[in-house]
Amino acid sequence: MKNWLKILAILLLFYVHIAGMLADVPRLNILNETIRALYFHVPMWFGMVLLFLVSIVYALLYLRTPSTRYDHMSVEFANMGLVFGILGMLTGMIWANYAWGSPWHGDPKQNGAAIALLVYLAYFVLRGSVENQEQKARLSAVYNIFAFAAMIPLIFIIPRMTSSMHPGSGGNPGFNMYDLDSRMRLIFYPAIVGWFLIGYWIVSLRVRLRTIEEKLIDLEHEKK
Amino acid sequence: MLLKLIQKEFTLELRRKAVISGIGLYLLSLIFICYLTFSLGRNNISQSTWSALFWLAILFSVINSVAKSFIGERRGLSIYYYSVASPQAIILSKIIYNAILCLLLSFVGYLLFSIFIDNPIQDFPLFMLTLLLTSCGFSASLTLISAIASKASNSSILMAVLSFPIIIAVLLMAIRVTKNVLDGIDREASMDELLNLFAINCILGALAYILFPYIWRS
Repeated sequence: MKNWLKILAILLLFYVHIAGMLADVPRLNILNETIRALYFHVPMWFGMVLLFLVSIVYALLYLRTPSTRYDHMSVEFANMGLVFGILGMLTGMIWANYAWGSPWHGDPKQNGAAIALLVYLAYFVLRGSVENQEQKARLSAVYNIFAFAAMIPLIFIIPRMTSSMHPGSGGNPGFNMYDLDSRMRLIFYPAIVGWFLIGYWIVSLRVRLRTIEEKLIDLEHEKK
Repeated sequence: MLLKLIQKEFTLELRRKAVISGIGLYLLSLIFICYLTFSLGRNNISQSTWSALFWLAILFSVINSVAKSFIGERRGLSIYYYSVASPQAIILSKIIYNAILCLLLSFVGYLLFSIFIDNPIQDFPLFMLTLLLTSCGFSASLTLISAIASKASNSSILMAVLSFPIIIAVLLMAIRVTKNVLDGIDREASMDELLNLFAINCILGALAYILFPYIWRS
């Protein structure tokens, strides 16, 4: 990954953390100061969906032309997406603890997100139970695509159909949540970019690690 | 070709009666246990309990029955089928067969439930439509998952693990509509969920149709 992207990611996140804590935020009922969690919780979900999206693109590419590189990319992006999802869940629970009173409320968005995480955990279980490399890659690519299509209704559509405690439901979804103040936007958008870049960085490192491991194993086999 | 394959599935099933009898027994025993538990307590079960029990029974019998569609098949037989028919025909025939099977199962389950336990359903045609849509949804997703799981080692566990999250979307819609039907709410209120179910079915069916050829190549 290009060096300037890495530096940009670090700078952005420093900015987000410092400005997120120190800058002014609009005061809304119930939320008060906890609205700062917006800079950490929501980018996790955006990052997760983006990472899963890239993972599925690589899965599709793999099905068209089977090459181990596509498979590695697909797995590592799914891995990172899962990590982001878990982090998003945790940050959401911390936020919920302060805003709603308890970490788990049975809110539809929370449930939908939990199930989406289950989908990808199942993905890794599938990968673990197939021996043959090529079959593993193929089966997991198919499941990736299938499960992604099944996950989209859960995360995006169903919570919008019901009233939930999440800010912005039962009305406009997404950005126009809290009359998103331009002050908040200044920190929010860089946060999304910064977190995604960090995710991408980790993925590129892990893919390099995998490729090198594979080469090592191949070399050892050749020696014998 | 498609019709012949569907016919073949039905003939095989009627010959061996393995799946039908096993699942039928499972369903019957589950419902009977519920009946015993609740009548011994001499109290009427609430509507939400009815709904939960019903969908639990249906869900587990459906997963067990559809799992057998790919997992039990012997290798030689599979190779023969794949040389004779196109993969699209195979997956479509299995999906249609499983959808009919699931519909039958849910209907029988519903009958047994209404015999042994209460029957609080107020809007019958709407409920039938829900059962139809859910059966198709279950069948489309579970058939593909069964195909994936059959290639891996511990198939039955994997089947359950893989299928559960995907089923949830379909199940959630079905439970919502069931709740509306139990409450006797106007039909208009459930239209959203039914449309949603239909849309999910289309997506899952189309995906299964497109993705299956990549799985059977081995």
